[in-house]
Amino acid sequence: MDKAKSMMDKNASSGPYHVNNGQSQRGFHGHVAVAANGSCSSSAPFGLNIGPNSSSFESIHHLHRGDDVECNGSPAKRCRLRRRTESIRRSRPPFPWFGMDIGGTLVKLVYFEPVDITAEEEQEEVENLKSIRRYLTSNVAYGKTGVRDVHLELRNLTICGRTGNLHFIRFPTQAMPRFIQMGHDKNFSSLHTTLCATGGGAYKFENEFRTMANLELLKLDELDCLIHGLLYVDRVGFNGHPECYYFQNPSDTQSCMKTPCTLDNPFPMLLVNIGSGVSILAVYSENNYKRVTGTSLGGGTFLGLCCLLTGCETFEEALEMASKGDSTNVDKLVKDIYGGDYERFGLQGSAVASSFGHMMSKEKRDSISKEDLARATLVTITNNIGSIARMCAVNEKIERVVFVGNFLRINTVSTKLLAYAMDFWSKGQLRALFLEHEGYFGAVGALLELLKAAEDP
Amino acid sequence: MAEGVRLDGTSGGHTMDKSITLPPDEIFRNLANAKRFAIDIGGSLTKLAYYSTVQHKVAKVRSFDHATKVSEASSDKLYEISVQEEVTPRLHFIKFENAYIETCLDFIKDHLVNTETKDIKATGGGAHKFKELIERKLGLKVDKEDEMTCLIKGCNFVLKNIPHEAFVYAKHADSEFRFQTTQPDIFPYLLVNIGSGVSIVKVESEDNFERIGGSSIGGGTFWGLGALLTKTKRFDELLQLASKGQHTSVDMLVKDIYGGSYASLGLTGDLIASSFGKSATADREFSKEDMSKSLLHMISNDIGQLACLYAKLHNLSRVYFGGFFIRGHPVTMHTITYSINFFTKGEVQALFLRHEGYLGAIGAFLKGAEKDNPNQYSWGENYAGSSGLMSVSPDMNPMQRARSGTFDMLEMDRLERQLVNLPLLLDPSSYVPDTVDLTEDALAREYWLYCFEEALDGVVKRAVASQPDTQEAAERAEKFSQKYRHKLQTLRHQPFAYGSLTVRSLLDTREHCLNEFNFPDPYSKIKQKENDGALKYYLKAVKALEQLDWKERQFALVRGLLAGNVFDWGAKAVSDVLESDPEFGFEEAKQQLEGIRTPCLWLSDLWCFLFQGPPHKCALFFVDNSGVDIILGVMPFVRELLFRGTEVVLASNSGPALNDVTNGELQILTERLAAMDPVIETGLRDERLTLVQSGSSSPCLDLSRLDKELAMVVRERQTDLVIIEGMGRAIHTNYYAMFSCESLKMAVIKNAWLADRLGGKLFSVVFKYEVPSEKPSQPSAALTRS
Repeated sequence: MDKAKSMMDKNASSGPYHVNNGQSQRGFHGHVAVAANGSCSSSAPFGLNIGPNSSSFESIHHLHRGDDVECNGSPAKRCRLRRRTESIRRSRPPFPWFGMDIGGTLVKLVYFEPVDITAEEEQEEVENLKSIRRYLTSNVAYGKTGVRDVHLELRNLTICGRTGNLHFIRFPTQAMPRFIQMGHDKNFSSLHTTLCATGGGAYKFENEFRTMANLELLKLDELDCLIHGLLYVDRVGFNGHPECYYFQNPSDTQSCMKTPCTLDNPFPMLLVNIGSGVSILAVYSENNYKRVTGTSLGGGTFLGLCCLLTGCETFEEALEMASKGDSTNVDKLVKDIYGGDYERFGLQGSAVASSFGHMMSKEKRDSISKEDLARATLVTITNNIGSIARMCAVNEKIERVVFVGNFLRINTVSTKLLAYAMDFWSKGQLRALFLEHEGYFGAVGALLELLKAAEDP
Repeated sequence: MAEGVRLDGTSGGHTMDKSITLPPDEIFRNLANAKRFAIDIGGSLTKLAYYSTVQHKVAKVRSFDHATKVSEASSDKLYEISVQEEVTPRLHFIKFENAYIETCLDFIKDHLVNTETKDIKATGGGAHKFKELIERKLGLKVDKEDEMTCLIKGCNFVLKNIPHEAFVYAKHADSEFRFQTTQPDIFPYLLVNIGSGVSIVKVESEDNFERIGGSSIGGGTFWGLGALLTKTKRFDELLQLASKGQHTSVDMLVKDIYGGSYASLGLTGDLIASSFGKSATADREFSKEDMSKSLLHMISNDIGQLACLYAKLHNLSRVYFGGFFIRGHPVTMHTITYSINFFTKGEVQALFLRHEGYLGAIGAFLKGAEKDNPNQYSWGENYAGSSGLMSVSPDMNPMQRARSGTFDMLEMDRLERQLVNLPLLLDPSSYVPDTVDLTEDALAREYWLYCFEEALDGVVKRAVASQPDTQEAAERAEKFSQKYRHKLQTLRHQPFAYGSLTVRSLLDTREHCLNEFNFPDPYSKIKQKENDGALKYYLKAVKALEQLDWKERQFALVRGLLAGNVFDWGAKAVSDVLESDPEFGFEEAKQQLEGIRTPCLWLSDLWCFLFQGPPHKCALFFVDNSGVDIILGVMPFVRELLFRGTEVVLASNSGPALNDVTNGELQILTERLAAMDPVIETGLRDERLTLVQSGSSSPCLDLSRLDKELAMVVRERQTDLVIIEGMGRAIHTNYYAMFSCESLKMAVIKNAWLADRLGGKLFSVVFKYEVPSEKPSQPSAALTRS
């Protein structure tokens, strides 16, 4: 069973992330990793938030403040490390640092805002770079549809030797042409930055970026990015709190409780990414995973059907309606057919026998509300994903199922339902885990690739 | 279309449900003796099942007692033919729309004579709703049975008893349906029942099954959501809409996200990334057709995916789909097939069932009939009384989907004998009896359908002539003619109606139709005459053979066998000759075969090679025609085998078919020969010559459905040589059959078209000797040309 547990280490959870002290600066994983490694010599000198642990990963993306720090390493070793640091500094990509995930419905953008800019740097900084920074950090909404998820901001993060805040921004994929136009208008190409992009849109819009904005995309695989980003954010934590959570007592609506936990020793895990569609991955290590299957019944299906059935226009609207509706007016339950439980097969009377099954009858169609329909759509899609995920977990012999993707944003109905479904149908064998930055891991992963490129020139 | 009986057409202008007059000749047959009723009431269709007995005539032969009746005029005949009444148990299954329940119940009430029935087994979602009506109308107590149990019982029953029950659906193939051969062991399998929800059941044995999973996204979801989205009320109409729609305008495809394919994952651009994904973003109206299609894909793919996950988890490769979502709808069969192919990369095939709609009713019936233990018998689909699979392609004929007012029927006869596989089949699970599948071979189908139509008048004539003392024989024969002609027409349009269409199934359907109209054995008199005639030459033939030296004798035996096999009333080329020249005899046949003198010489070399080694332990010989064939062709050869020390098991038909010798006739013939010939006599006495019945009443031969006793004898005698004689048994069927012992297939091709197809001429000879591969390979001669 899943070893995920709630945070126990108060020190670590409240520890600052940007302090350069080898002992106290670690993220909450550092603790464990140090103990395991027995030494922090490999990467601790750089005083980064996740330093000690990063040695266990082959790709070290997240480096490093340049300042020298105390270390037990020999002078020669220190020297080597310094040289390396220098080289990183030299090859560190120029600002701005973006990571972008262009999905079927939403574009997810992460932006690293450096807060350790020196006066010298400030002077050197070109005007449109400043204006980008100010525009992004001083607004929470961009145009009609762009949103910055302020509550998700990761503060005082040290990446690649720089300290800053990581901002999470999203806007509909439909607005992509306007976004590219903006890149042209702001003369983005003059900044000589590499725009790392993942998701299908990286391929679909590649040509438009090139011709309209004179920008060359670094296209990245979305599943690679997803996994790298997820593991990274989990490692650095959520401003001193765990990124990951689960539900205690998922089968009991009264005592069901969201509980933070860590993902330490995260492998193997079944990763269920619910965007417009759904991809299900079995992840055995950071770079060893396979896509087990996928389903086209995902967030796009929920929203698409809701729009058609209720006339709503946004995900928020659809969820709002769903929160007020009653799906049992729409769905046919086991008890509607058998009068109670179907004992021969151990099916509870309250189980859904046929989603939208009541809608076969005209009288019932005339008597339900839009809210009921929205709720039924949400429950149908969620249960189905749960069911497929559970079967995959059993087939792959993985007990920990991690659900991510923007379908779960502000969607406690679904997260609780998934938690319940995993627990109930597996008789407690499977545990559903969730992450606070639901849909942004691909974009984070893309950003990390930008910095990785800097690392090995 | 097909057998569906349109009620309103027979009701004298009335179209109101209440005033329907049911044509009793067609549906609810044999109600008078009916007992053990069962009913399965679904959402829109009712399936009624009952057991009844059918009185029909059978031809019997009885030996004359020559000692006492020697002076009578009939003494020149070997045996007498009598027609007796026999009672065969038959299962009737009728399917009709729920709207007709009341009318049907009234009809049953009025026609039911037998009153010992006290209750009726009921299953299906609607059983509860109609309980009171059934109890009031029929005065029977409604006894509810678990739906899933009935479904599984029914499924086991059809899989075991109906060859070609299961099929694979291939929309764009030459034949939409590819029927599966019956497996010796039907277990384990997965049944995915798609009703309003989905149940996934793993079946491990007759009584052991488990619901291992399911889904709430099923037929009800398609129907319910479809009704909401399109304001279309009926399920069939929704499917119609779906078949005309384009899902790509509603669904978000991989290429909508990627601009092309997602190559590193091998996801093609046309794959659906998000069902209904476009309706979330595009601000426009979507057509009903497109939304229905998208919905259909979404649900079919989802069910297919779950089914695959369960099949994989339980390591099952046979997955059957049923439920009202499937029920013969080509649209859903296609999308489910596609989904299964996609998710298993072709490793698992989606299987569908011809009688899927009847499973619940069959199962409920079996539950009620448990004390009769119906599972201890073998049953056979009666082609004459069954509607067959409806043509289902809406593109071909949209009206056929609207079944309003049509009745569909399935009748199954209890076979006298329990049927099993021939133990000598090399690989029973891959054995396919038929040589050519006419469902897939349009050219061959056209030819054979034409052939059978051409021959029909002759058959009618023969049938009438076989019952000279019966006045209404002509009338009955006319009815037979109509029925069979209608069947042929049906098969022309729906070759898949009864499973794979083959020469065998065409012949069997004809036999079933003849029996239906009480012509149990139209050739009885001809067989009798020919047997009598041939017997007169037997001693002469045997003596002539005895005078030859060994090698010459072998040559004569081959020639005799082949010449004998020319006497086949089933072949038009021959029956024309026999009809026009009553004096045509064995010698003439040999002359007819003169052209093949050279191949005969060559064959006899092979023959000598075959029979000069150590004798076989026991030869199993499937014989063909009566008269010259059996008496002057086969018997001398049997003699030769006995001489050599080989035991012989002669397998002949249990019931009549054309002029094939039946087991009953062969018993009498052999006794008569034994009286003349001490070799035969000793053989019989020492049980070195044994007669067994094949369990079949067909001019062809299905080695996977043979009499259980035959199988036992074959095993006991350690049979090491199988001989199959005649076109029906060795060419139309079993041409490619492989055995675990030596085998010999021989026939004279008495059909010019077939000869041409096989690369020979009329009256060419097929002589196929095969040795199983584990033994050193022997020369195998196939076709020789004349």
